[in-house]
Amino acid sequence: MAQLNVVNEELSLPKVHYINADRGLKSWLFTLDHKRIALMYFVLTTVALLLGGIFAMAVRFEHLTPGPTIMGANTYNRMFTLHGVVMIFLFMIPAIPGIFGNFCLPLMLGAKDVAFPRLNLLSVYVYAVGAALALYGMVSGGADAGWTFYAPYSLSTPATLAPVLFGVFILGFSSILTGLNFIVTVHTLRAPGMTWMRIPLFVWAIYATAIIQVLATPVIGLTSVLVAVERIFGFGFFDPAHGGDPVLFQHMFWFYSHPAVYIMVLPSMGVISEAVAAVARKNVFGYKMIAYSSLGIAFVGFFAWGHHMFVSGQSALDNGAFAIISMLVGVFTAIKVFNWVGTLYRGSIAIRTPLVYICGFLFFLVFGGMTGIAVATVSLDVHWHDTYFVVAHFHFIMVGAVIMGYLAAIHLWFPKMFGRMFHEGWGMVASSFIVLGFNATFIPQFLLGNAGQPRRYYMYDERFWVLNVASTAGSTLLAFGFIIILIYLIYALKNGNVAGDNPWDLKGLEWNTSSPPPKHNFDVTPTVDEDPYTYQKKGEEVEHVVI
Amino acid sequence: MSSSEGHAHAARPPRWYHAHHFDNIETQNHAVRLGMWLFLGTEVLLFAGLFLGYTVYRWLYPQTFHLASRHLDLSLGTLNTVILITSSFTVVLGYNAIQRGNSKACVRWLAVTILCALGFLVVKSFEYRHKFHEGMLPGKFYSYEGLQLPGANIFYAVYFLATGLHAFHVIVGMSILAWVMFRVKKGLYNAEYHVPVELGGLYWHLVDLIWIFLFPLLYLI
Amino acid sequence: MNELMRQLLFLPEQASTFAVKVDKLHYFVVTVTMVASVLTGLIATWFFFRFRERRPNASTPIVSASHRFELAVISVPLIFFFLWVWVGFKDYIWYVTPPKNTTDIYVTGKKWMWHFAYPDGPNSNASVTVPANRPVRLLMTSRDVIHSFYVPDFRIKQDVIPGRYTETWFEATKPGRYRIYCAEFCGTWHSQMIGEVVVLPGPEFDAWMVKQKQGLAGRVDSSGSGEEFKGDLATYGRRLAGAYGCLKCHSLDGAPHIGPTWVDLYRRKTLLASGETIIADEGYLTESMMDPYVKVVKGYQQVMPSFRGKLAAPEAAALVEFIKSLRGDNLENVAPKEPVYGPVERR
Repeated sequence: MAQLNVVNEELSLPKVHYINADRGLKSWLFTLDHKRIALMYFVLTTVALLLGGIFAMAVRFEHLTPGPTIMGANTYNRMFTLHGVVMIFLFMIPAIPGIFGNFCLPLMLGAKDVAFPRLNLLSVYVYAVGAALALYGMVSGGADAGWTFYAPYSLSTPATLAPVLFGVFILGFSSILTGLNFIVTVHTLRAPGMTWMRIPLFVWAIYATAIIQVLATPVIGLTSVLVAVERIFGFGFFDPAHGGDPVLFQHMFWFYSHPAVYIMVLPSMGVISEAVAAVARKNVFGYKMIAYSSLGIAFVGFFAWGHHMFVSGQSALDNGAFAIISMLVGVFTAIKVFNWVGTLYRGSIAIRTPLVYICGFLFFLVFGGMTGIAVATVSLDVHWHDTYFVVAHFHFIMVGAVIMGYLAAIHLWFPKMFGRMFHEGWGMVASSFIVLGFNATFIPQFLLGNAGQPRRYYMYDERFWVLNVASTAGSTLLAFGFIIILIYLIYALKNGNVAGDNPWDLKGLEWNTSSPPPKHNFDVTPTVDEDPYTYQKKGEEVEHVVI
Repeated sequence: MSSSEGHAHAARPPRWYHAHHFDNIETQNHAVRLGMWLFLGTEVLLFAGLFLGYTVYRWLYPQTFHLASRHLDLSLGTLNTVILITSSFTVVLGYNAIQRGNSKACVRWLAVTILCALGFLVVKSFEYRHKFHEGMLPGKFYSYEGLQLPGANIFYAVYFLATGLHAFHVIVGMSILAWVMFRVKKGLYNAEYHVPVELGGLYWHLVDLIWIFLFPLLYLI
Repeated sequence: MNELMRQLLFLPEQASTFAVKVDKLHYFVVTVTMVASVLTGLIATWFFFRFRERRPNASTPIVSASHRFELAVISVPLIFFFLWVWVGFKDYIWYVTPPKNTTDIYVTGKKWMWHFAYPDGPNSNASVTVPANRPVRLLMTSRDVIHSFYVPDFRIKQDVIPGRYTETWFEATKPGRYRIYCAEFCGTWHSQMIGEVVVLPGPEFDAWMVKQKQGLAGRVDSSGSGEEFKGDLATYGRRLAGAYGCLKCHSLDGAPHIGPTWVDLYRRKTLLASGETIIADEGYLTESMMDPYVKVVKGYQQVMPSFRGKLAAPEAAALVEFIKSLRGDNLENVAPKEPVYGPVERR
């Protein structure tokens, strides 16, 4: 890498950087700078995360007793709908690509910006409009169909669903624009010498994600509009009363929503690839395997949707085919896990906050992933389908894996984004709370599913009581961890120690500029001559180990 | 999709249409073309859902779909197909003209294309009016006496959704072409730089292509 | 061992043949999952301490994988996953293939209750009585939205879909009472759409059924006659066939009329106008009442009206039972060559 890395001995923030380069509200609202757009996403998705978390806690507290606890049945149904829609469409899908994809991808590639800066800005506004519409629709209309909107329930519920459905449609556009932008950026804006096999793994993951965003999102857009049109005009497309087929809705819904799982989890896997290499200061073990398995997951993920429908009356042959395809996704994921653990081997591992998240991520992803294969095992799914087992499984992936990756990303790139350090001690405390609280919340839910409690149950049988209380207790720990993080990060924004350009002496291009970076990212366009994980000193004897 | 315009950034790019974050104009052209093709990909996937619905319901109600398609106006449909294919040809003529630097001819051909699009919409609206009048409507509104079979309302749901979404794309395509035409007229594009004309043409081809699939599925078989 | 694992995993009782079968795989899968994930976590944690940073910014070796290692990494999970899916799919095929001579029960789901009807006997809400150690088949449909019939103790679940018939079956092994849940979200009181399967030992069930038939509560058919009706479901179906005018077109003497005859129609191999050959099972018969033109028999005109919304679900069930009862003497000659519900070989 070019010798641009001037270590700032006094450790002061650069005088002019992207945050203070232009002033005034207008300079933020009309900014074309990918880093500022990333911060806008940061603020918006954090609000979504907090809202979604509050709804989740409401659901958990309702389950403190088997009967009604703090709300009525309809309120409960609205609450889990709000939780699902907000967490998935407003937080999980846009968060990591929107924040860290936007912030890091051009920096990691050595580009001045993403390919289409104005589309990038547009995607934030589209997101904001879609989110506002969906939230307004749910709060005012009392949407109660769950985030899956299964027909014909979603066609017949007295709640007003159309604004939510249009909100989902609009949010889809934001996702498409982001994905399209990233694909083109990776293709056209790599710095000189940045060959495909020198691209950081986070970029590979975002690239694979973007492919899914571009190809799968239009289908959910169309599907949600069809349901909305059907509710408004009574077209009968999915309504058995008019000759429509409700199972067709499920196919169209899951054709997007299964790949959407990979839209959520792939970026997080990319973060972990970066974080593992960063804390272990080591070449990534099996770089190509990780990169290609991301693409593999993106591709195979398109053909696995039917495993959500094993008991819907789908033919046995279809079920078998979907089970085998789902298994392949598990193999790709297993390859990644081996490579991450392999990267730690013989590393020089710094015990820092991201490490706790890496450890949590590995456990959650393996457990969540393998229970995923388990529920794709057709005969077992007959019992587990639509029970808390499935709820626990996908929370292990969605919260366990995705949120661990999200938090690891925050703790890895916070100094780069804001130029200041968070408090490492509090970071360790909060991450321990999160990992322990997460286990305490969702392991009881696996057992609840085994015991046979269906999901979306307002009241439940008394034999499920103990496990439900355990889960609620765990969720308070989890919430507590998030609150600690929020507090110390906000504190660090103003009062944290100055981080310096490259506090951990890492090799990626993003560490090759000041923290926070200048508006145009690099004063001199960087030139790349080695892969981003070369932690051997120049001229030193390099030890090669083959296992 | 036309990020080819310049940005008002500090370092002034050498040419107005060259955005500062691209090293050279070739890379930028490559980027916007790739972006457009990806966007066309999303459009195809958007319609794919409706084609899937068509396939499933055709399989569920084979006879109804066969009989219902006889009740569409084949001559108007054929006329529209001819109009659209012609317009695809004229938009290419426009692109060819600007490649040779003849912006006057380009404006002329683009105008013809837009007129064709307008003609398509007019014919379509006649068809729609007839359907409304006869009660060949989707879902619960279906009241056509001539064809009382289960699934007929579903056929018209598919018909109106697919052609309606397509008509919307025709309007969008028209607007894009009109915008491009306006800018050609202003002399912004020339033999050296005319990527927006190309992208507008690409989009128009997609609109045309979707109709090429819709027409036989709905009218012919 | 079985009992210990079951209790550890909080699984409900194994009250059906399928539960016993599927739980073996369940234990295996969960054990492998636990071992693999805990092992991964432990190895990672061990690496954290074993390879912790000893001096800042130390150089690290380049570790690469041999082909043998790569092969192992890919094949070990592949073998395990494939084993799961293979065994799981085999069990599943067994589960979706009901044996012959099942006791059939018609199930209707509606917001927020389950309705049960026996072909030749009583009907009931929320509670269904079945014999132990005999296969029971459920033919299910919904009156409003999608529900899902779920009995955790039997490990069975099947979506119940409006406008379609789905089926599932089980063979209860232990007399007792077992919860039925709705597993597909269906509105305000989704969580209260609860029922009960009462499993009686075989002889007790037979006695119960006899008692039920003697005191059979009267049925009122919705064809407008308003008369009370006593008798089994097939006889009820015969009355309905007359009342709805079915017999104007469908003969009961084996001769083709405006529509195909009903004699020996059930499970007949039938050539359709589309060229396809189907077997006229319960699903087909019901579908033909609701959507007569979806699968028209070859050689017949499209003249039959749809009875969607006109026939209540129990009435459709009664008609199907009536058709099933119409068997001619030449039953052997027209029976399909291979068994329709040929059970998969069991060991």
